[in-house]
Amino acid sequence: MDWPSYFLPYDFSPLTVIAYVAVLALYVIALARLPSVEKPGVLRISAFLIGLGLCYAVMQTRFDYYSQYMFFVHRGQHLILHHLGPILIAVSNPLPVFRYWHSRSPDGLLSLLAPLGYVYRFLQQPAIAAFLFVGLIYFWLWPAMHFDAMLSRDLYWVMNWSMLLDGLLFWWLMLDPRSPAAKVALGYGKRILILALVAVPQIILGAYIVFARGAVYDVYEVCGRAWPIAPETDQLLGGLLTWIPPAMMSILGMFLILRRLMNQDKKPQPNHNPQHSSLAN
Amino acid sequence: MFMSPGKFTQYLKISLLILISVITIGCTQDEHEWNGKNITGVMPDLEFELVNTDSKPVTAEDFAGQVRLMFFGFTSCPDICPATLSYLQKAIKQMPEELQEDVTVLFVSVDPDRDTPEKMQQYTGFFGDNIAGLVAEEKPLRELAKRYRTTFGYGKPDSSGHYDVSHSNAIYVFDTEGKVRLLLRSELTSEQVTEDLTALAASG
Repeated sequence: MDWPSYFLPYDFSPLTVIAYVAVLALYVIALARLPSVEKPGVLRISAFLIGLGLCYAVMQTRFDYYSQYMFFVHRGQHLILHHLGPILIAVSNPLPVFRYWHSRSPDGLLSLLAPLGYVYRFLQQPAIAAFLFVGLIYFWLWPAMHFDAMLSRDLYWVMNWSMLLDGLLFWWLMLDPRSPAAKVALGYGKRILILALVAVPQIILGAYIVFARGAVYDVYEVCGRAWPIAPETDQLLGGLLTWIPPAMMSILGMFLILRRLMNQDKKPQPNHNPQHSSLAN
Repeated sequence: MFMSPGKFTQYLKISLLILISVITIGCTQDEHEWNGKNITGVMPDLEFELVNTDSKPVTAEDFAGQVRLMFFGFTSCPDICPATLSYLQKAIKQMPEELQEDVTVLFVSVDPDRDTPEKMQQYTGFFGDNIAGLVAEEKPLRELAKRYRTTFGYGKPDSSGHYDVSHSNAIYVFDTEGKVRLLLRSELTSEQVTEDLTALAASG
């Protein structure tokens, strides 16, 4: 296979490509037009672009092929869609971009999007967000469900998109740069508690997969693997990727929140100063 | 930022109502009790352009009216392929005699470098007359495998040139109209497979 083919989609999804291009275009246009005081720094822009690029790469390059036919690569794909990509996008603090487009949207469009706002606020209830975050991992890794998701093309796309969207919602709730003093963001203590709570079930699930004696996910036997590898090795690596990196991401999230909390204590901020993100501090 | 308890309860009720409706609809669908996994509608209908053991091009239409069992493998396979073909033959021979001729096994080789039509003829002939050995170049094979969400891969050749091939161990079952119906997995007994094939052949 020639190397440019590795960058082409294995299973081309026009909707996915359009969604990513639209997000990128909206970001870049807003960035160019934002006043210099609101313009994010290089680090924040890089975090956003790397986060977006990683999520695109695992969905629309050859990586997706290996994710479909190797359990451990699939776990790597979800690690990026549910954790790493959304974390990078959240710490990049795209609020100025949101505000830019919000201020330029016609009233008709805003009222049309109002129901989405209700859904968003419902999903961002702390208990619901935490339950969804862990629940989705368990749901898609339930062996019978996982079997169906890997077998059905439609379900496979639903799985990947649901992981990405939930990852964005959850990590935005955790890393929202706005101060809880402004009553629009979740308190720092609650955020740390949620991050600790969601890590535990992920560790348990990862450990279960690692120490399972038989094959937990036989769909990879049924569909075949991308290259000859012992099924136990594939499962072991996949279990480790479910266990260790997500737990580390929770700890990383806690550090970011603690750092923000300590910085806030050092220099009290006005009630509403959304420009400051963790990376900008 | 957070909604009032009243609104929250209202949303919860609506969500539960939707969930219950979905479950009820799912449970009331009339389905035959299959032993294999029912994949009706999950995958596309049978469609391929391959080469048979007489080196002639064949399509799914050439086997129209038959219950077709598609299996991806290779003739140098040490375990899964011979075991699966024997197991399928046993299941077919247990069917009522008048229905046995309505079933064809499509054995698709994923090892085009080693599996020539002649070799396939010899190999499939060993197991029975109702097995069609099918070959193709790697590219159309990859397209067919992708269509049925399966794959295959090759290991590095050893000093004698032998290499391992990873492939699916599933058997895709298509009805007489070429619609995808079942996925048979190795944990099923041959009697269970016989039951499913008989039901499909009889309804066709």
